[in-house]
Amino acid sequence: MPAVFLAVFFVYPAGAILWRGLFSEGFGPMSDLFASSRTRGVLWFTVWQALASTAITLVAALPAAAVVTRLRGRRRHWVRGLVTVPFVLPTVVVAGAFEGVFDRFGLEDGGFRLRHTVWAILLAHVFFNYAVVVRIVGSFWSGLDHRLEEQARVLGAGPIRTFRAVTLPRLRPAIASACTIVFLFSFTSFGVVLLLGGPRRATLETEIYRQAVTRGDLRSAAGLALVQLLAVLALIAAATRLERRRPARTGVAHSPPEPLPRSFVWANLAVMAVLLGSPIAVLVERSVSVGDGYGLDHYRALTERVPQLPATAATALGNSLVFATVATALALAVGTLAALVVVHGRSGLRHVFDLGLTLPLGTSAVTIGFGILIALDEPPLDLRTSWWIVPIAHALVGTPFVVRTMVPVLRRIDPQIREAAAVLGASPGRVRRLIDLPIAGRGMLVGAGFAFAVSLGEFGATSFLPRRPETLTAPLALYRLLSTPGELLRGQAMALAVVLMVLVALAVVAIEASRGSVRGADAVWESL
Amino acid sequence: MIWELDSVSVRFGEVQAVDDASLEISSGELVVILGPSGCGKSTMLRVVAGLQAPDLGRVLIDGSNAAALPPHQRSIGLMFQQHTLFPHYDVAGNVEFGLRMAGLGSSRRQSRVSELLALVGLDGFEARDVATLSGGEAQRVALARSLAPNPALLLLDEPFGSLDRSLRDRLTDELPGVLSEAGTTALHVTHDHDEAFSLADRLVVMDRGRILRVGPPDEVWADPRTVAVAEFLGHTNIVRTGSHREVIRRDAATVAADGELEGTVIVSRFRGDHHDLDVATALGRLRFRVDQPLTADESVRLRIDPNRVARLDPFTPCD
Repeated sequence: MPAVFLAVFFVYPAGAILWRGLFSEGFGPMSDLFASSRTRGVLWFTVWQALASTAITLVAALPAAAVVTRLRGRRRHWVRGLVTVPFVLPTVVVAGAFEGVFDRFGLEDGGFRLRHTVWAILLAHVFFNYAVVVRIVGSFWSGLDHRLEEQARVLGAGPIRTFRAVTLPRLRPAIASACTIVFLFSFTSFGVVLLLGGPRRATLETEIYRQAVTRGDLRSAAGLALVQLLAVLALIAAATRLERRRPARTGVAHSPPEPLPRSFVWANLAVMAVLLGSPIAVLVERSVSVGDGYGLDHYRALTERVPQLPATAATALGNSLVFATVATALALAVGTLAALVVVHGRSGLRHVFDLGLTLPLGTSAVTIGFGILIALDEPPLDLRTSWWIVPIAHALVGTPFVVRTMVPVLRRIDPQIREAAAVLGASPGRVRRLIDLPIAGRGMLVGAGFAFAVSLGEFGATSFLPRRPETLTAPLALYRLLSTPGELLRGQAMALAVVLMVLVALAVVAIEASRGSVRGADAVWESL
Repeated sequence: MIWELDSVSVRFGEVQAVDDASLEISSGELVVILGPSGCGKSTMLRVVAGLQAPDLGRVLIDGSNAAALPPHQRSIGLMFQQHTLFPHYDVAGNVEFGLRMAGLGSSRRQSRVSELLALVGLDGFEARDVATLSGGEAQRVALARSLAPNPALLLLDEPFGSLDRSLRDRLTDELPGVLSEAGTTALHVTHDHDEAFSLADRLVVMDRGRILRVGPPDEVWADPRTVAVAEFLGHTNIVRTGSHREVIRRDAATVAADGELEGTVIVSRFRGDHHDLDVATALGRLRFRVDQPLTADESVRLRIDPNRVARLDPFTPCD
């Protein structure tokens, strides 16, 4: 069942891209495409902005990881949770928040302009990926044996020297895998680049969109999507290699690490507050500012028709909630079955599934959307005009999250517990139903939360699907509002972004709350 | 019912976990497999349970090959070292699990559950959350759970290994009573001699995948037959006399002026109800349990009880 779902909605579209890009008209168009200076410029910009985003994120977040590592109990829980909020926000909401900041502080034009610059893109990528570094490096760091640092200190090394000579080398595997993930996300970033970069900054993702949707040149788009697919594959392969090299964590730390200077801790918390907090705060402020005062006018306007949207923003929000519910149910069904296969299936099948389910996680949403656009638009399978195409695309993006949360939870079930059930007379099917699923239930909840949040904020894949009033999602509506100039629409956009943010936040709160005994969410982080 | 392992071998990569082992267990017996950790004894259990397929050899149940019989149809109970209670069920839910699998109605399940809980000394624990149980209580619940469906054979894999000494002794004392009351045949695996000696009707000594010796525990102790078994059982005095070797039990010597064995005291330690005497003799350094304290460097003559000396086979597979 999950295999069929994946085959039809992922492998087939990817194959269609391959077919269109490579074979349907020979290699000629492909080489023309890559001979053009525009394409080369796009490729170059995509790579260097991703590298720059990764470097800046690392520099900004590594000290924060040091701080988070030293926090204990409730405080650690809270800081880690708050740092994560930006990561799960829909890209369109983040773009909206940054637009709000530029608005508010007059950074749109003039001497200190940020709007439509590379800096806007880099800033947003740091905002997004800060949590990736803090959480991956932080959790690895707190698992290290701090007695080695104590030894170095006793042997005469100062704190900075100790960090460089003893801590940093041991953190390297975690830093490497965090960097790969940040690079991957920045490389495939779509909504942020499209909205903040302006018309002149194009990455592979936005270029695919421009070719396919704006210019209708499907062949060039397929060529670019192919390059994207290959690049992502290579990155995932690299990430998997790093994963394997990551040493086992050394269990419980025996003593707490040496405390950091208070000024260092406060400086980091201040950076976190400004970098992560201010866009969100400004977003909320903008959404309630009317003229010179404050009011809820923009929120009321969400229920009114505007010419730029085929339906009201409120309707779009309703659509999004329905899509998210359906997509979550689909992702949960497919993902759970797939996770059972990954954990308990025959070994050959297991590897195929493991890889097959990681691919969509890394593959950009744009590639998925584009693939579905060109593959499912004609018989035997024409879903383009069907309402179902949206939740199916969302489920495809969400399923890997479900699998990634369920697999470690299922793996942690003591095989002896399953054997105990078997010798007590439970057939393999009953072991799965009565032992595996109930124990992994909380993991399912976490996976469902992720799938729901992902679907609510999904923009990349959805933007390729046909536009009709019934399938207008909140992120799409937000994109339209943001990309049309005008004071009034801008206010409405901010209001819509706040509502969307709150909905996503609720899903994430549910995830964090159910984490208690299940470390599934962390597992997702470590396996992303 | 007779359970039979017929020339079973299991191999994990380079490791020969079980090497051509044959064993028969008949109804009502309590057989204990004793061996150091990693000797293949747990693998033997898993083969009997059907959780591990043998590479060579057969498992016979009442003479017919059990190869095609999956674990859930073998009518066995199984207890592991770490209790493996289902965390999402309460105590009653755990104990009745096997009865549910057998399709028993709810009222019959309830009465059987309280019967079993009474048997293991946990009356009234039905609604307790398994996370709140102490280690000993959890193992008792696990025992009740394994016994509830009336298994034809109960397999115990170091069931008390994770408990502290006193609790372990108490459960070791109680277990034969509980088993005989339930009328259960059992195959028990341990690396602890005391536990093995006090439980076993029949003792099986294993090392490196091979069965070295089978017999009633007192007989195996008195006559280990091979150096490997003698050493594993904790015999310290293995001596070479002419062409063969002998084991002299530590309780074989008494201090006597006309004793035939002459030696010099190396050290003598007070052990409560006896003294451990290390003595240098013509046969080598030996250790005995004696009644009186002696001082170092003192000359001593010892009389050896010939009934407490056993001859060992010249060839032992593990040398």
